[in-house]
Amino acid sequence: MSGIPHDHYEPKTNAEKWLDSRLPIVGLLYNTIMIPTPKNLNWWWIWGIVLAFCLVLQIVTGVVLAMHYTPHVDLAFASIEHIMRDVNGGHMIRYIHMNGASLFFFAVYIHIFRGLFYGSYKAPREITWIVGMLIYLAMMATGFLGYVLPWGQMSFWGATVITGLFGAIPFIGEPLQAWLLGGPAVDNATLNRFFSLHYLLPFVIAALVVVHIWAFHTTGNNNPTGVEVRRGSKDEVKKDTLPFWPYFVIKDLVGLAIVLVLFFAVVGFMPNYFGHPDNYIEANALATPAHIVPEWYYLPFYAILRAFTSEVWVVMFASWITGGIITAKFFGVLAMFGAILVMALVPWLDTSRVRSGRYRPMFRWWFYLLVVDFIVLMWLGAMPAEEPYATYSLIASAYWFAYFLVILPVLGLIEKPTTPPATIEEDFDAHYSKPAE
Amino acid sequence: MLKKLSIAAVAALSLSAGGALAAGGESHIHDVDFSFEGPFGKFDQMQLQRGLQVYTEVCSACHGMRYVPLRTLADEGGPQLPEDQVIAYAAQFDIYDAEKDEDVPRTPANFFPMGGDPAAPDLSLMAKARAGFHGPMGSGMNQLFKGMGGPEYIASILTGYTGEEKEEAGTTFYANTAFPGGWIAMAPPLYGEDVEYADGHSTELHHEAEDVSAFLMWAAEPHMMARKKAGFVGVLMLTLLASLLFLTNKKLWAPIKGKKFEG
Repeated sequence: MSGIPHDHYEPKTNAEKWLDSRLPIVGLLYNTIMIPTPKNLNWWWIWGIVLAFCLVLQIVTGVVLAMHYTPHVDLAFASIEHIMRDVNGGHMIRYIHMNGASLFFFAVYIHIFRGLFYGSYKAPREITWIVGMLIYLAMMATGFLGYVLPWGQMSFWGATVITGLFGAIPFIGEPLQAWLLGGPAVDNATLNRFFSLHYLLPFVIAALVVVHIWAFHTTGNNNPTGVEVRRGSKDEVKKDTLPFWPYFVIKDLVGLAIVLVLFFAVVGFMPNYFGHPDNYIEANALATPAHIVPEWYYLPFYAILRAFTSEVWVVMFASWITGGIITAKFFGVLAMFGAILVMALVPWLDTSRVRSGRYRPMFRWWFYLLVVDFIVLMWLGAMPAEEPYATYSLIASAYWFAYFLVILPVLGLIEKPTTPPATIEEDFDAHYSKPAE
Repeated sequence: MLKKLSIAAVAALSLSAGGALAAGGESHIHDVDFSFEGPFGKFDQMQLQRGLQVYTEVCSACHGMRYVPLRTLADEGGPQLPEDQVIAYAAQFDIYDAEKDEDVPRTPANFFPMGGDPAAPDLSLMAKARAGFHGPMGSGMNQLFKGMGGPEYIASILTGYTGEEKEEAGTTFYANTAFPGGWIAMAPPLYGEDVEYADGHSTELHHEAEDVSAFLMWAAEPHMMARKKAGFVGVLMLTLLASLLFLTNKKLWAPIKGKKFEG
């Protein structure tokens, strides 16, 4: 499976040979777990394991929650209270599931920004990157669907606002929205299909994760230098890499255990901190909450959605040139999905020959600014839609697009990168040859 | 000294946050030191029982708690009434029995009754459905340090009446410094000395308000004690696991990292 030469599984006993000639599953697992991994990976590389753990955690807790949950507008809210009060350990399972979503997104954002800094998206890892973006989109959808299920005020009004975005699409918007909702408004049909899809999508994510791992096991992992593993011979490979088991499994588990200490502290001591109090009020179609705020992990893109109001010249221009087909609302929707699309296209937007940000003196600062921009957008997404936040949102959104569409293409042409080490071995030895370092 | 400084800093922060809120015509929620706050905090069983008394004698005239089973009054980590008292408590409320076609007394298996006034919100989850401290700048940092502030919100409402009234479209509104918008439809429910506590505890207005707020926190989060305990076990076990894994990892990598050094 891997493109990097290494020792493959050899069936020894007759029983092993019998199985291997019929179903080479042991070999597949062996080659996967023993994959040569660049030995200079730093701690930013642990988040993949955290994400895999999150997916399993969410599926396991979610399956148990589904045993006690009732997807009906009159019963859903009460069934959540039943879980919280009467089901054995129910309150812990639900709080773990609820905060597990936050951990999942926290980890995926670090994972994505790690990829953006070290150029993990660059050839030959474009497919890994694209599949990763699909996983991220599926995660967003799953998180949104799941947030509707408790049938609290934010569930209901969040669903109304977000499905309303589809209604902004010209011509087909309104019938599309009604089709998604199963009726003219968010109601029992909506809740039922959201429950069904919330149960389905994690398994789609699991399948995509297999493809994601398959893709980067074919190309090999990227690493902090961005220098490829030498593949001339098995001996060369051994100088640059170590087998995934046990070296990186144990290292990743250290990272995971530390992350879980913090996670359990949140679940045990402040489980509602990342949620919204309004979601402990049962959904009421007649009472709109004062501020409809999405979960924290959607806030950056929510800020981009709201930034493009009808007073912004780009929006006015788009509206004028399309004869009014593109409204401000639709422009906002395009901007929000566009913000993720430009990120997905980054393998072809980044023109630099050098992969890792470590050796790109100018890129580094633009990247740090992008991280700050992301956090600022997150804050702006939680603020009311009024000045000065509207202007800030516009500036921050503009930077997001500029980074991918202007800065990355131009930087590759004007930047003078420093010289990366010739091999991974050289980088590793430079770090560990002297005890002082 | 350090503690005093940090208290002063927190006080200054909360004052400035409060000032900013007041300037925007928003509500003012004061901080209360509840016994159940923080990772080590516990419900005060006597306070929960006093709060139950205030709820029963005052609040339940209009409000209900439809999601709280009466039997949970006997649960550990709550008011923990003796079983016979729970049975007696439940029996004072009626429930319609479809088989007999008449009202019968409730048993601990039933829920608290719904409120008599349809305009009065259900109180089962009130302490989790409101937040006290959003600032500064809506960042939620105050919530990180002081908790979500639901019970503080309730206590602030109950003690926040200024005495002013106004009538609009046939409804009387009462000025309240804690309520968003400043005018609330609920008449002041507590004035102080509204109940007589069996344990002789003070019935000053703010004591009654804090007692019932603590009780409503329990009603909204009955397993809080069990949750914090599970949190502790989890954090301790995972810290141990992380330490062992850290040492394992160190030993595992030592020959790899020291190789060059030896050569």
